Amino acid sequence: MEMIEAKNLRKKFGPVTAVDGVSISVPEGAIYGFLGPNGAGKTTTIRMLTGVLTPDEGSVKIRGVDIIENPLEAKMMMGVIPENGTVYADLTAEQNIFLIGKIYGMDKASREKRATEILTALGLSERRYDLVRTFSKGMRQRISIASAIVHSPPLLILDEPTTGLDVYSRHLVLETVREMNRRGSTVLLTTHNIEEANTLCTDISIINKGKIVATGSPEKLKKTFDTGRYVDISFEGPARETLFEGDGILRAERIGDKWRVYTDDPDRAVKHLAEIAEREHLTIVSIATSNPTLEEAFVQLTAGA
Amino acid sequence: MDWNIFLRSTMVIVEKNMRIYYFKGPVVVFGLLFPLIMFFTFFIGRNLDLVLFFPGFLGMMLFFTASSVGPLITPWEKRERTYERLFSLPVIFECIIIGDLLAGALFGIIITTIVWIVSTLLLHLPLANAGLLALGFVLGSVCFAALGTLLASPTTNNPSNIMMLSSLVRLPLIFVSGIFIPLSQLGGWEWILTSLSPLTYLVDLFHAAFNGDAVYPAYVDAGVLVIIILLFIYFAKIIQQHNLVKGI
Repeated sequence: MEMIEAKNLRKKFGPVTAVDGVSISVPEGAIYGFLGPNGAGKTTTIRMLTGVLTPDEGSVKIRGVDIIENPLEAKMMMGVIPENGTVYADLTAEQNIFLIGKIYGMDKASREKRATEILTALGLSERRYDLVRTFSKGMRQRISIASAIVHSPPLLILDEPTTGLDVYSRHLVLETVREMNRRGSTVLLTTHNIEEANTLCTDISIINKGKIVATGSPEKLKKTFDTGRYVDISFEGPARETLFEGDGILRAERIGDKWRVYTDDPDRAVKHLAEIAEREHLTIVSIATSNPTLEEAFVQLTAGA
Repeated sequence: MDWNIFLRSTMVIVEKNMRIYYFKGPVVVFGLLFPLIMFFTFFIGRNLDLVLFFPGFLGMMLFFTASSVGPLITPWEKRERTYERLFSLPVIFECIIIGDLLAGALFGIIITTIVWIVSTLLLHLPLANAGLLALGFVLGSVCFAALGTLLASPTTNNPSNIMMLSSLVRLPLIFVSGIFIPLSQLGGWEWILTSLSPLTYLVDLFHAAFNGDAVYPAYVDAGVLVIIILLFIYFAKIIQQHNLVKGI
């Protein structure tokens, strides 16, 4: 059974169609990335998946439980971190976590134990009894995450969890997501950060203008939208453009202090470039072959958004 | 629907509201200071019969306290974005509305009970029917807390907008509720006007409880209050649901 099965979701706000026939199938155990440019419909889709918004059309099932017909039962399986990680600023870190734990029916001993575990893992154990209003944005986001995972949910949904965070907070957040997944939670996250999705996600959907435009593993998407390969090379001393001709080389252009050599066969191109360097008595400072990137796929799919 | 989850979520919302909102400035000013200032303004130095006017004062106290929490919660939480977060938890609309309503009602009951006990001890006030007094406390607090929740429903994330609207609605109700002029002395259009205010029926119920001299039978007062409670809750739910569907 799929953890999330959303079919044909549609949502209009006045004349604007924010989400237009989105279907998503998230398998158990996946870290599923939901990518798209600003205004593509990511947050509206997440709000429908989490039961915050009722779709105009379509259905959402969490482990087979319809979230529109049985919202309480479906939401019991989730931990949600909304965009901007909202928390109660007038409560302490502990009170925020306990409040959510109580809603999920945890007893006092379990709440105490779990809060200690999570706050330690998220580097906030010393601030446990402090009011959240005194916290930085990164710390508030960590409390938001702590509240969402206090009941060890089988499904964790995060809406842009690392946006605007410092490096340390971002690292902690991503590590927590990985740890939750290792412990068996399925994760669905939206992000602007393509590199983050590339390294974290097992599956990805890209949404643009309210519609899903691609779905698959990061590697599959990269391959599908491979825009061509190149080799970046830099020499000690000047090199002429006319050097970059011959075996497997399509064209070359100067970028900063290096040359970008476009090719359809990087292995052959590298060998050929090494021969040129030896023949012309040029010392190679650096050489690197490109791989197709998820960012290239994303840009192609969302061009003009 | 799993009623265990429903009740648990509702009670946690009540607890959250009590922790966060009972001591917020607008609640203290509009819920506690305002009725006391009104009382001193109208009663001190005018040689009025406190026993005769106490039911009106107690009704006013319950009215201000119970209706002061609700208007703050929703706009405050919309501003802090915690309102939307609540909906991603095992919580439905009814949990939030009942949770907000109960927090307001409890605040009203607690404060007004303290005022009643202190006043009774100091002024040796009579009590003709304790059951009617308890009924008045429960129905009045729930009715005015529901009014507070309804007043919080229009779209805004600025609590001061709602507090202004709330004062605009609540203040006139005070003056058309038979608090300052006994209902038995009203006639014609004045009587029609007072019939439109829910506070009228509570004050009448308190008169029955304290002095046994109400204008309407107790079941009429109680029945009208129950109908008004249901109407307030219904409209609060409709408006808030409509706003959420529109994403505001």
